[in-house]
Amino acid sequence: MNEIRRPARWLYGTLIALVLLFVYLPMMTLVMASFSRSKFFKFPIPQFATNWYADVFASLSIRSFFWTSLVIALLVATIATVLAFFGALAFARYRWAGRKLYQKILLLPILFPQAVLGLALLLWFSAIGVTPSWQAAVFAHLVWIAPITTLVIAIQVYAFDPAMEEAAVDLGATRWQTLKEVTLPILTPGIVSGFLSAFLLSWANFPLSMFSTGADQTIPEWISAKIQSGYTPQVPAVGTLTMLAAVIVMALGGFAAWLHARRRAGLA
Amino acid sequence: MAQATGIVTITPGQSARAAPEPSGWRAWLRQPGVLTALPMALLMLTGFVAPLLLVVAFAFMPPQSFSILQPPTLANFQEIFANSFYRSFLASLYLAAATTLICMVVCYPVAYAMVRVFGRVAGVLALLITAPLFVADNLRLVGWMLFLVKGGVLSGALQAWFGIATDSMLYTVSATLFGLVYTYLPFMLFPMIMGIAMVPLEMREAAFDLGATRWQVLKEVDIPLAMPGILIGALMTFILAAGALSEPRILGGSSVVMIAQDIQNEFTFAQNWPKGSALSVLMILVAGVLAVTLLRRIDLDGIFGRR
Repeated sequence: MNEIRRPARWLYGTLIALVLLFVYLPMMTLVMASFSRSKFFKFPIPQFATNWYADVFASLSIRSFFWTSLVIALLVATIATVLAFFGALAFARYRWAGRKLYQKILLLPILFPQAVLGLALLLWFSAIGVTPSWQAAVFAHLVWIAPITTLVIAIQVYAFDPAMEEAAVDLGATRWQTLKEVTLPILTPGIVSGFLSAFLLSWANFPLSMFSTGADQTIPEWISAKIQSGYTPQVPAVGTLTMLAAVIVMALGGFAAWLHARRRAGLA
Repeated sequence: MAQATGIVTITPGQSARAAPEPSGWRAWLRQPGVLTALPMALLMLTGFVAPLLLVVAFAFMPPQSFSILQPPTLANFQEIFANSFYRSFLASLYLAAATTLICMVVCYPVAYAMVRVFGRVAGVLALLITAPLFVADNLRLVGWMLFLVKGGVLSGALQAWFGIATDSMLYTVSATLFGLVYTYLPFMLFPMIMGIAMVPLEMREAAFDLGATRWQVLKEVDIPLAMPGILIGALMTFILAAGALSEPRILGGSSVVMIAQDIQNEFTFAQNWPKGSALSVLMILVAGVLAVTLLRRIDLDGIFGRR
């Protein structure tokens, strides 16, 4: 085998580090900007303060946008996970006429620009008489997020041996019992990561929310509106808080995965 | 057994049984695959297929109309080409192509390093690349705005520490392109990682044993075998970048107008649904042709199901 030599290893390591720096640089800038005292952003920052956080916490409107975002994300994650659980079985587990077409149609919303999809949904909602609202946004998010959740769970389904289900059936389990006692527990890790990624994708979505929420507003929409009406350091402060929320959700997911792995190791 | 797992097979002999078996589409509908696919299929029909069909229908309606029950016309497309509204479309295609090319060149060595050199921590690295997608893209672009703006992190640091005065780096076509490369890099990197991981190590070893040079292995083994991943990445990057909305606005300062901005104007401020729809049809055509061509070539079970 061609062993990767030392200098090459260093070179590749540096490359990865640079890409990660590139990816995280704007987020680090936001965190830093949120602690700047002055109204206008200036670097190097003359004086650090937490006054913008106090502003954000005191603002009732920001609090309501936060709740809107949270409710949408929770509903989207829950509905997407239920749909995707069955959708993933149809995607990866069962063999049926029409499966290949179904797989492809499912990928199309992911392979389509979200802003254009959001605008098409805006037209569709007015044509069928649905007033844009946070409920409409849940539907709009689902169109894009449920297929992604399906793929996340499908990867787990591919790894799962159908013989387990057959064994349960041979031992006299009904179809429902098999689903509840065999299929569901085996797929739990995929279901949990599907739920969490759906939640986070909805939490961070801007292009679909923008055209579907109507009078309601989510946090990413608020950020966009603030940028157009003039920069305020509340933007990086709110941004830092949303990133913190995402990190906490990911950490919870990581903890769940660790617990699951430990329990499995304990059983073996 | 076949009955219990729900794989209903209809043979002529079965219809002679006491309880009549469902036949034709009913039997097809009863398969577990069809039953489990139904909710998602319904969502796709009502949330993706129907809205896009409505857009296509509206594209052929007379300008400024709000109903699809009128005689079809090509007026919107004529208007687009007569009044150079196609410019935003061409700008989008050009910027998307440039974005795809840059992302491809940058991501290949990075993906290669992640899979082949740092494979042991591949999971952590993949998570680090995915995590930014859980932060709103317009928020991350605001971060770049603060970094690149005059007096921001970059120019402020150059001025304060090195005494170099720089102009604003924002509100240009290159700033838009930069934003596009930034936003869509993970969409290229992730499929590429999957593609490269699909190349069997034995194949590379065999090539080396037979005297192939590194360059030959790259050209004849690595890239062709990783092609499904590379293609998915390139396609996703191209389509998503072509339909970008926030990048030209936040970093580009509308120095270049991309098609999604034009569509938004027509659908919202101008209230000209047919023209907005006609512009969307251009986007649907590009995305559709590319997606269908790609999806016909790759085996999804092979990509998501390999273990």
